[in-house]
Amino acid sequence: MMANDTPLMEARGVSKYFGRVIALEDISMDVKAGQVTCLLGDNGAGKSTLIKIFSGVHQPTKGAMALDGEEVRFDSPRDAIDRGIATVFQDLAMIPLMGISRNFFIGREPTTGVGPFKRFDVKKADRITREELDKIGITLRDTTQPVSTLSGGERQSVAIARAVYFGAKILILDEPTSALGVKQSAMVLRYINRTRQQGIGVVFITHSVHHAYVIGDRYTVLSHGHSLGSYEKGEVSMAELEKLMAGGKELEKLEDELQGSGATNGASNEAARSEGSTSETVG
Amino acid sequence: MAQSATGGKPVRDVGALRRLLTRPELAAVAGSILVFAFFAVVAGDYGFLTTAGAASYLEVAAQLGIVAVPVALLMIAGEFDLSVGSMVGAAGMIIAISVSEYGLPLLVGVLLAFAVALVVGFLNGYLVIKTGLPSFIVTLGMLFALRGLTIGFARLLTGRTQIGLGDSGSGVMQTLFAGSIGDFPVSIIWWFALAVLGTYVLQRTVFGNWIFGAGGDANAARNVGVPVSRVKITLFMCTAASAALLATIQVLDAGSADVLRGTLLELQAIAAAVIGGVLLTGGYGSVIGALFGALIFGMVQQGIFFTGVSTDWFQVFVGVMLLIAVMFNNVIRRRAAEAR
Repeated sequence: MMANDTPLMEARGVSKYFGRVIALEDISMDVKAGQVTCLLGDNGAGKSTLIKIFSGVHQPTKGAMALDGEEVRFDSPRDAIDRGIATVFQDLAMIPLMGISRNFFIGREPTTGVGPFKRFDVKKADRITREELDKIGITLRDTTQPVSTLSGGERQSVAIARAVYFGAKILILDEPTSALGVKQSAMVLRYINRTRQQGIGVVFITHSVHHAYVIGDRYTVLSHGHSLGSYEKGEVSMAELEKLMAGGKELEKLEDELQGSGATNGASNEAARSEGSTSETVG
Repeated sequence: MAQSATGGKPVRDVGALRRLLTRPELAAVAGSILVFAFFAVVAGDYGFLTTAGAASYLEVAAQLGIVAVPVALLMIAGEFDLSVGSMVGAAGMIIAISVSEYGLPLLVGVLLAFAVALVVGFLNGYLVIKTGLPSFIVTLGMLFALRGLTIGFARLLTGRTQIGLGDSGSGVMQTLFAGSIGDFPVSIIWWFALAVLGTYVLQRTVFGNWIFGAGGDANAARNVGVPVSRVKITLFMCTAASAALLATIQVLDAGSADVLRGTLLELQAIAAAVIGGVLLTGGYGSVIGALFGALIFGMVQQGIFFTGVSTDWFQVFVGVMLLIAVMFNNVIRRRAAEAR
């Protein structure tokens, strides 16, 4: 672990209300350089709202965000991006029929030439795309091939590589493995590990405890807009995390009632979610 | 497989043939060769293979191609422009009326036509963006409205629907828009020049990348900072301007304007673009394809004329060609988009 003491990013008692609806209540967590912070929680737990606050889409109603120990306010997604916070949303912002290198640089195209002869530097775009993808183990035969020729895991990895290439210090990944099969997920997790080794602070949103446990350094569990606590790896077992996610005490109580005993060895299968089966068969 | 996560695999080069077989313009190029071969055999003895024959089908192709090139770009950006045909009629009348009724210099008339076209193009784009309606509907409305305005104003101002240009002289304008090099009218050069420019913009500029992005997934493109609205409005202005260019060429060439000029041109331009491999839903296609799509139109129309068969059959041929080309393009695209 190469974490230093000041977190890259902190949420300090963040709350978010939409009218009378309490989406988040007093959430505190931090993201450290070179660590993967997992944000766990069931659907509707408030994960999406929290990452939208991280990425500048929403502003907190109460509490504040801090970068490198200083309190900041993100006025817009652009603002957050400019401060080095890159968010890879589930739709990836990739255009399927467009070439890989064109996708990699869309909106931030390198140019060459001046005045009316200023043009898209296709060679540079191709070269960088090839290099960056090589680093993550995707060997391209043709950088102009459409993104749709890549597998789901590769696509996810390209989206991450793009964020890293454009200078992300903090990388927020919104359920990057939720639509992937086992092999594809493993590929993405392996790549998240490499990203961490580059000193980037990763926020990994997931509802798969298994994926979180493999890759995470720290875990924050959300439920109904509240934090159920943050844990370091080693402080908590996978079974305990599963239990927290699956409804924690409520489920335990139910189990007690049903079994009439105090079985707490955590063999609950409740949280063993089936990952959306292999929808990507390309490759 | 290109998905080893361990890396270090040598880069295998895609075969040149393989790459060629996934190009969007493949169907149009192959189709052009087939159509040419067909008429070379069937109509070769009737003048199809002479220079004059080539000039005649190239001129027909050029007039369509001048509009088909920007229409293809707009379609790649995900929008239709059904008003280009009406725009040709309107621009032609603006030129003719300015010159013959109001005695304005030809250049002023042409500039006026371009100015109106740019306004109409902007309006098309602005309405599409602001209302969120499909451009098919917005420009369909413009198709009718513009044609109606043209006929209405022509009758109101001149009492006629066909207007001669009068003595326009043979100045620079004539040479530039209606001149010829040997047997070949200068419109062919305009066509090629626009196709080269269009290809350059699409393949080699940042704007071209944005065109693909805007048509491929407008939302995703917006999220990464592409000014999608600007891209689309600009392209609507380009299609309308190309209609004004075609109108200028036609008016100077024929020496007159007719309110019905350009009727059905919008559909022919879309057909040329689609034969050329442009995807109807946007995000995919090529300008070179549209160039060949227009060439096919020209060769079929004039080829049938040369064979002596009634030209009534022209549209049947075009319809069948269109269907075959689209089916073929679907196969190519599926292959390009799938795993390799």
